Amino acid sequence: MKKLPDGRYVDEAPWSDDADLSALERSDMDAPNWVLVWRKFKRHKLGLISGIFLLLSYLMLPIAGFIAPYTPNERSADYLYAPPQSINFWHEGDFIGPYVYPTTATADLVNYRWTYETDTTRPMPLQFFCEGDRYNLFGFIPSDTHLFCAPEGATVFLWGSDRLGRDVFSRILYGAQLSLTVGLIGITVSFALGIFFGSIAGYFGGKTDWVINRAIEILRSLPELPLWLALSAAVPSNWGPVAVFFIISIILGILDWPGLARAVRSKFLSLREEEYVRAAEMMGAKPGRVIRRHLLPNFMSHLIASATLSIPAMILGETALSFLGLGLRAPAVSWGVMLNDAQNLASIEIYPWTAIPMLPIIFVVLAFNFLGDGLRASLDPYKS
Amino acid sequence: MMFLRYAIYRFITMLLTLWVVSILIFVIINLPPGDYLSNQIAELRATGQAEGVAKAEFLRTEYALDRPIWEQYLIWVGMAPGPQGWYGLIQGNFGWSFEFDRPVSEVVGDALWLTVLVNLAAVLFVYMVALPLGVIAAAKSETWVDYTAAFVGYLGLATPNFLLALMLFYYGNKYFDLPIGGLMAPEFEGEPMSWEKVRSILVHLIVPTFVIGTSGAAAMMQRLRANMLDELSKPYVETAKAKGLGPSKLLAKYPLRMAFNPFVADIGNLLPAMVSGSVLVSVVLGLQTIGPSLLTALKSQDQFLAGFVLMFVALLTLIGTMISDLLLVLLDPRIRYGARGS
Repeated sequence: MKKLPDGRYVDEAPWSDDADLSALERSDMDAPNWVLVWRKFKRHKLGLISGIFLLLSYLMLPIAGFIAPYTPNERSADYLYAPPQSINFWHEGDFIGPYVYPTTATADLVNYRWTYETDTTRPMPLQFFCEGDRYNLFGFIPSDTHLFCAPEGATVFLWGSDRLGRDVFSRILYGAQLSLTVGLIGITVSFALGIFFGSIAGYFGGKTDWVINRAIEILRSLPELPLWLALSAAVPSNWGPVAVFFIISIILGILDWPGLARAVRSKFLSLREEEYVRAAEMMGAKPGRVIRRHLLPNFMSHLIASATLSIPAMILGETALSFLGLGLRAPAVSWGVMLNDAQNLASIEIYPWTAIPMLPIIFVVLAFNFLGDGLRASLDPYKS
Repeated sequence: MMFLRYAIYRFITMLLTLWVVSILIFVIINLPPGDYLSNQIAELRATGQAEGVAKAEFLRTEYALDRPIWEQYLIWVGMAPGPQGWYGLIQGNFGWSFEFDRPVSEVVGDALWLTVLVNLAAVLFVYMVALPLGVIAAAKSETWVDYTAAFVGYLGLATPNFLLALMLFYYGNKYFDLPIGGLMAPEFEGEPMSWEKVRSILVHLIVPTFVIGTSGAAAMMQRLRANMLDELSKPYVETAKAKGLGPSKLLAKYPLRMAFNPFVADIGNLLPAMVSGSVLVSVVLGLQTIGPSLLTALKSQDQFLAGFVLMFVALLTLIGTMISDLLLVLLDPRIRYGARGS
């Protein structure tokens, strides 16, 4: 580049006829949309960290039984309400690897509770890849190998034990299997209903639109929780845990679709006037095809972002229902079922660790919120 | 005059909505197989108590539970004559609670007013917290004030209501000597209103209001902040700045005024969530609202009680939404009167 005396800039390189004028200045200018989205999403640090955290949490689900030292309903009758134990590495200045101290329970008949004595003279190393109770890996491979378990004669209650002497840490891992999937199933139901009703309302307009719109308004104006309660009260009590789990997630999804349907509808109202829609219609495409092939892909990514934001509501909903005793029931293990034990002030005061399931709930809900925010911000890569 | 016409139109649509809701609710409470009385009759038969069976059978015909479901609905609402003539919800008969063996109106009693009170307090709390915080967060966006507000807000969204309630109760009682449980000191229950009683209710309201309001306030604050930021980037704000308007006046005069409309309209989203929250929190904290009765009624299939409570809760949100719509019309002259879409 050279500057001429009259102020113009001229390229010094000789002119070549072979140069491709339509070539891009930067090779990534025509990168596919998802690359641009990913590039922008990477800059949203909080969203990225949340995404990784959630990914790891979901990957953990099928192998929860392997990581957990105990099985969810395994009782240690001698250790009721045992406080959390720490895993130590150094004993009196010497490194001896991960170990725990054995504890013994004594009944405090004055205050009517168990007190635990820690015997700090006898460090007992943890065992790894050891045999424990039987569980199913991935839900169908029976196995009894655990990542780590307590040495003979000691316990390893990382986050304490509950009213029946069950390990809170293991139960949280198992509880994640239900608590985290409830949101996914619920959102699938809500997604299907929302897209179906939203798209036919927006595409056909007229009477269909009016009816669906009124239904949306009515459902949105009702408080969710009482209706959730009423619907789950209708679940027969003799159903198995798996059936109850599915029906609860469907109930959570059934009341969530109006918000999504509304977004879909308003988008459709404007998109159906576009030329390409008319072109498709003129070539004889049926409404179903126009909706699925031409309209929905346009804003699927936005829908996914907003779905991410409504999963937390379902996770909290499951927790609330189970907490009130109308959702999942023991022997099923979910975070809400576990918190049911922490329902009274006494357990918060004396056994605060029974309220630990609260922490994963808060983390997961926050992570979904941040991930959704990050996705939403990065879905429009051309907007700065 | 136009406003009056709009108000009447809005009132009629509310009534129609309520009618649809009543059908919905009736279907939901009749979803479980059987009803309270048929369960009781089966149990009495099994234990061989013949005289109890006769009474339950009598109640069954008395409350028309032996009729087809659509007839039951019409009688319940009061659109068809039942065994006692035209006497349903419309005529002011809330039905009979089998579980408590008393009329529903007696069972819920004061709880209705306390429910309204708790929810009103929570809505006020949301506005009082969200308004200043949202404006400050927008004005000082991307500073520590903004981040702190966002962090607290996110935490409020993510913590399950009932746990927050338990924790606050525990620590509130431990450090601030706040009372535990209930909506008033036990000695005031059933007493006529007095200053002492009002004071007791107010002190008891602190924790529930805070718990119910937090998540709503967090969401509201975020939305107000976003609206304010949109307004603050507009040219007229720049003009005002160039004119030399002071920072507080600059904020309050135009941008806040503009951002305020969605804030009022938002109550339609806010109220259902608040009422949900208040039901849950009431159960956990043992407040004498209708939340706990709803739970017992649902668990024991006490259908008239459950139906009435659900109807009341729905009515509460519908009225709240209607008021917010009317307020919005008064507040924002740009909104057209009359039917939507016209």
